[in-house]
Amino acid sequence: MISQLTVFLENEKGRLAAATRAVADAGVNMHALYLADTEDFGVARMLCDTPIKAAEKLTLAGWRAAVTPVMAVRVPDVPGGLASLLEFLDECGVNVEYGYCMSVEGGHAIDVLKVSGDEEIERKLADAGFAPVSAEDVYIVD
Amino acid sequence: MYFQPEIETMSREELRDLQLERMKWCVQYAYDNVPFYQKSFKDAGVEPGDLKTLEDITKFPFILKQDMRDNYPDGLFAVPRSKVVRLHASSGTTGQATVVGCTENDLKHWGECFARGLAICDCDENATMQIAYGYGLFTGGLGAHRGGETAGCAVVPISSGNTKRQIQMLKDMQVDVLACTPSYALHIADTAIEMGINPATDLKVRAGIFGAEPCSQGMRDEIAEKLGVQYCDVYGLSEVMGPGVAFECKEMSGLHLAEDHFFAEIIDPDTLQPVPDGEYGELVFTTLTRECCPLVRYRTRDITRIISEPCACGRTHRKIDRIIGRSDDMLILRGVNVFPSQIEQVLTGFPEIATQYQIILTTRGPLDHVELRVETVPEFPFDEIRKLEMLKKRLAAELKGNLQIAVDIKLVEPKSIERSEGKAKRIIDLRKE
Repeated sequence: MISQLTVFLENEKGRLAAATRAVADAGVNMHALYLADTEDFGVARMLCDTPIKAAEKLTLAGWRAAVTPVMAVRVPDVPGGLASLLEFLDECGVNVEYGYCMSVEGGHAIDVLKVSGDEEIERKLADAGFAPVSAEDVYIVD
Repeated sequence: MYFQPEIETMSREELRDLQLERMKWCVQYAYDNVPFYQKSFKDAGVEPGDLKTLEDITKFPFILKQDMRDNYPDGLFAVPRSKVVRLHASSGTTGQATVVGCTENDLKHWGECFARGLAICDCDENATMQIAYGYGLFTGGLGAHRGGETAGCAVVPISSGNTKRQIQMLKDMQVDVLACTPSYALHIADTAIEMGINPATDLKVRAGIFGAEPCSQGMRDEIAEKLGVQYCDVYGLSEVMGPGVAFECKEMSGLHLAEDHFFAEIIDPDTLQPVPDGEYGELVFTTLTRECCPLVRYRTRDITRIISEPCACGRTHRKIDRIIGRSDDMLILRGVNVFPSQIEQVLTGFPEIATQYQIILTTRGPLDHVELRVETVPEFPFDEIRKLEMLKKRLAAELKGNLQIAVDIKLVEPKSIERSEGKAKRIIDLRKE
C-alpha cells in the first residue's frame, strides 16, 4: 500500500487553487491529482512527496486533510493493461472504491486503486505476476 | 455546599411568606415610583392593595420587552440616578436596546445569587474562578465577577477572546471553575486539545458555570467530558438581573430559582393563563427585591416548566427545567415551529458530525429554504464520497423525521463555520420579509 493525501473541499470557486497553494506552501511536490466532485463538495486525492507531513501541515492550516492507504500497481501501457488487473481483483473478491491511472516512463502505467476485501491482495497480485509498486517508487517517503 | 443555607433550605411555608411580603412591597413600590405601572395597573383595573396572596399576582398586567424598549433608556427606573451604581444594556440585535440599572443593594443580591451557584460547584474563598464571559454592557462578565468576589473566590477577569491565553491562564492560575457560554467552553476545550493539552487531565479546572445561550444535552456532555468538569447550568436574563436567577445543582434535574428574589409563573403564551406545575409554557417573573428596575410579571419569552418536587440536594427553592427555547429564537419554517435546539439535538446523535453548525435561511420562490452547514469530525473517512453522501442522507432523513421539514445538508470545510467567543451565531436569516 502507498499513502495518498486526501483533502476535503467545498465545491466553490477557488477552493482547488487554495488547496494546491496550501500544498505548495507546505513545500510538498505533487505527482498526481485526481478530483471527485459532487454538487456541493469535492475530494482531492493526491500522490505527493512526504504525504504524512503534508497532511499534518494542511490540517494545521485549517484543512480537512488525511492520509489514505491505496494500492498502486505497475501495468504495461498497452490495451487491456488495466482490464486484466481489475479482472484479477474481481476474481479475488476485492472491491474497488475508486481508482485513477497515470502513465510513467518506460512504457508503463501505474494504476492507483482504493481497495477493500482482502488484506493479502498485494501478495496475491505479486504471485500472479502483477507488479505492486512500493511507495519509494512513486514519492519521497516520510 | 451552600452559600446561604438559612435561605437556600428554608421551609416552603416560610419561603412563601417571605415571597408574599416582598411581592406586596414590590407591587406597591413599582406603582409608587414608576409611571408605567401606575398606568398599566389602572388600565387593568387593579391596585397594589388587591394583592392578598401570591396567586393574586395573576390579576396584574404583564410587562413586555417592548415596554422596556419604549421606555428607553431609563423610563422604568424607580430610583433617582444618585442611587444607581451600574447600568447594563442588552445588545439590541433584535431591536432597540434595553437598559437595566442596579442599585448597590441590587448588586449585593446579584452577587449572593451567583455565589449560591459557586457553592453548588463547591467553590468558596479557596477557589479560583476564571470568567470568560464578555465584560461590558452584557451582564455575563460583571455579573459572574460580582458573584465570584461575593463567594470570596480569586477571580481571573479575563473576559472572552484570546483563547490560547484562556488556556494558559486556566493552567497557570490553577483555576477551579470556569464561567462562560457553552459554545465558548467547547471552543476552549477544542483549542486546548489542538495545542496538545488534555483539559480533563492536564488542567485543575473541575467545574464550569455555563449559560447565556441554549445548549443541547449532547453538547453539555461533550463539554463536561472534554473539560473534565461538573457542568453547572446557569440561567439569567439582563432584564430581570443577569446570570444567577437559577442554577443547576448536582442532581442535574433542573435549575433552582432564587425564589427569595424572584417569583416565577409559567403561562400559556397563547391564552396568557397560568399552566399547572410541570407543564411547559412561557416563564414570567416578578422581582421581589429589585430596587432600580422592579418588574411585575415580566414575560421572558423563555419556554420551560416548573419542577416542584423536593430536590435531593436539600435546596427548597423550586426548579425550572432547562430552557427548551426562547420564543424569540423560534423559527417558523414553512409554517412549522422549529427551535434551533431541536436541530442541535439531532446533530448530537451523529458522532460523525462536529458540534459547530450554522443554519442559513433563504427564500426560494414562495418557500423557505433551509440549509444546514456542518462539518465532519476529523476522524471521519471523508476519502470516500459514498460515505459522505450516505451521512448527508441519514442526517437529512433524521431531521425530516424530527422537524417535519426538509433541510438541505451542506458539508463544509473545517473552520468555515466561525467559532464563537461569545454567543454563537447559529442562524443566518436571509429570507425576504
